[in-house]
Amino acid sequence: MPIITDHLTYVYGAKSKSKKTALDDVSVKIEDGQFIGLIGHTGSGKTTFLQLLAGLIKPFSGTVYLDGEDIFAKDYDMKTLRGKLGIVFQYPEHQLFEETVFKDVCFGPKNLGLDEKEVQLRAYEALKLTGFEDDNFYRSPFELSGGQKRRAAIAGVLAMKPKILILDEPTAGLDPGGKKEILDLVKSLCKNQGITIILVSHSMEDMAEYADRILVMNDAKIVLDGTPTEVFSHYDELKGYGLNVPQVTLAMLQLRECGIPVRTDAITVEQAKKEILRVLR
Amino acid sequence: MNTEATLGQYYQTDSVIHRLDPRVKLVGTLLYMISLFIFNNIFCYAIAAVFLIVVIILCRVPLTHMLKGLRPILILMLFTVIFNIFFTPGEYLWQFGILHISKEGIKTAILILIRLTLLIISASIMTLTTTPNRLTDGLEKLFAPLKLIKVPVHEMAMMMSIALRFIPILMEETDKILKAQTARGAGFDSKKLTTRIKSLIPVIVPLFISAFRRASDLALAMEARCYHGGEGRTKLYPLKYAARDILSYVFMGIYIISLTAVGIINAKISLVNAIADIVSK
Repeated sequence: MPIITDHLTYVYGAKSKSKKTALDDVSVKIEDGQFIGLIGHTGSGKTTFLQLLAGLIKPFSGTVYLDGEDIFAKDYDMKTLRGKLGIVFQYPEHQLFEETVFKDVCFGPKNLGLDEKEVQLRAYEALKLTGFEDDNFYRSPFELSGGQKRRAAIAGVLAMKPKILILDEPTAGLDPGGKKEILDLVKSLCKNQGITIILVSHSMEDMAEYADRILVMNDAKIVLDGTPTEVFSHYDELKGYGLNVPQVTLAMLQLRECGIPVRTDAITVEQAKKEILRVLR
Repeated sequence: MNTEATLGQYYQTDSVIHRLDPRVKLVGTLLYMISLFIFNNIFCYAIAAVFLIVVIILCRVPLTHMLKGLRPILILMLFTVIFNIFFTPGEYLWQFGILHISKEGIKTAILILIRLTLLIISASIMTLTTTPNRLTDGLEKLFAPLKLIKVPVHEMAMMMSIALRFIPILMEETDKILKAQTARGAGFDSKKLTTRIKSLIPVIVPLFISAFRRASDLALAMEARCYHGGEGRTKLYPLKYAARDILSYVFMGIYIISLTAVGIINAKISLVNAIADIVSK
């Protein structure tokens, strides 16, 4: 289910004097099963882009094609989109509302009009997938810890069995352990179930480790698009956008400045280790 | 989300009216409103309208912006006018069932329309030209004498400014939650009222929880900065009357006196007319 955005543009306050273009003529194609990393400093238009992909706001001009269908066409049934594309917002635990975690996870699939049995099955699967402890299924979501709430909220989206999953900083405010668990889960969803992932993160290290392709946004436009190695080779440009390269890459750049002839395209610790060993031998 | 509602939202510009002490504006608006209720004849309204027009010109808020804010009230005004036209007893010009149009009806309808317009514009000028913070400052200072009878004036003013401060935050939060639940397939456009009310639960519950969370965070942050109520608290910008404020009070006095004079003369004339009527009969 490829996503194609066609000259997608979004303007806030189009009629008023203080209008601001949040997304400017973005055309990009996202293939099935890709793990896309989306980076850009605050206010670069990432969230607007994601909301447009999810059909939550209407574009000023241009459109989004999902599976070859224009999702903003008048006769397009948004319900099919909801079933295909899931979006996990920042701090998703703020959207929990039911009396029990299980009921809350059931909310999404129920809205898809599935029968009761299927709804419960999906909710159970999703909670299991996120590593949620059985004992907590019937507890109130408001009694849980931050990390558990986060997982419950993500399960609520996974229970809809989306083919495309969008996550807007899903690890913000989590401890390193919880962070890794969630990112590993997302990676396995991509690898094992072929779900297309679009992940927003401010951690260049996470991007280097998990993403297949990185889109860099700056000032409402996509300015860089490529594999992590390609994108992170544009050190100066990224700096200009208020972004950075992974710390190991920085370390390699400095080694090179010190006269050690290492290649500077290593973006993970593992790659850097190999490269340094190669040079030392 | 509807961010174009301008009824009374502060309009940033620099004008005499903007620079006036908030107390002057509060007292002035109150007096003006009272004057509209005491005198209800067309001559007094003419004076009131002239006074308001002068203020509108002075405050340099574009008229279109001001009128746009009136739009939500339009329906209310229409209702009042229609009811007054059709249901006021008197000398009938036209009749159909219980509906009738009377001379008196048309007269009251016009007067009420003028009164409502003047009322709403005058109130919105106050909030258009005064930031919420200055407004609560003004209120606090005006009601300060009530402290003598143990009314917690400062605390009430603080509550008001916090409440005002939170309106945009909670609106943003509502928007976020609405989008998240929409993405989970929630529908908010059902035709049946009961389902429609039920569909709001997934929005209202998280909104309340977030409001409470923010309130307790704010309380903690305030306490951490040693806030302990109004006692002995000083202001960075204490309110002080300037020459222009005194002058405004003088203008207000002139307005009230001239209005009273016209009101009395008008009352006398109508009394004389009434006596003449009786005598001639």
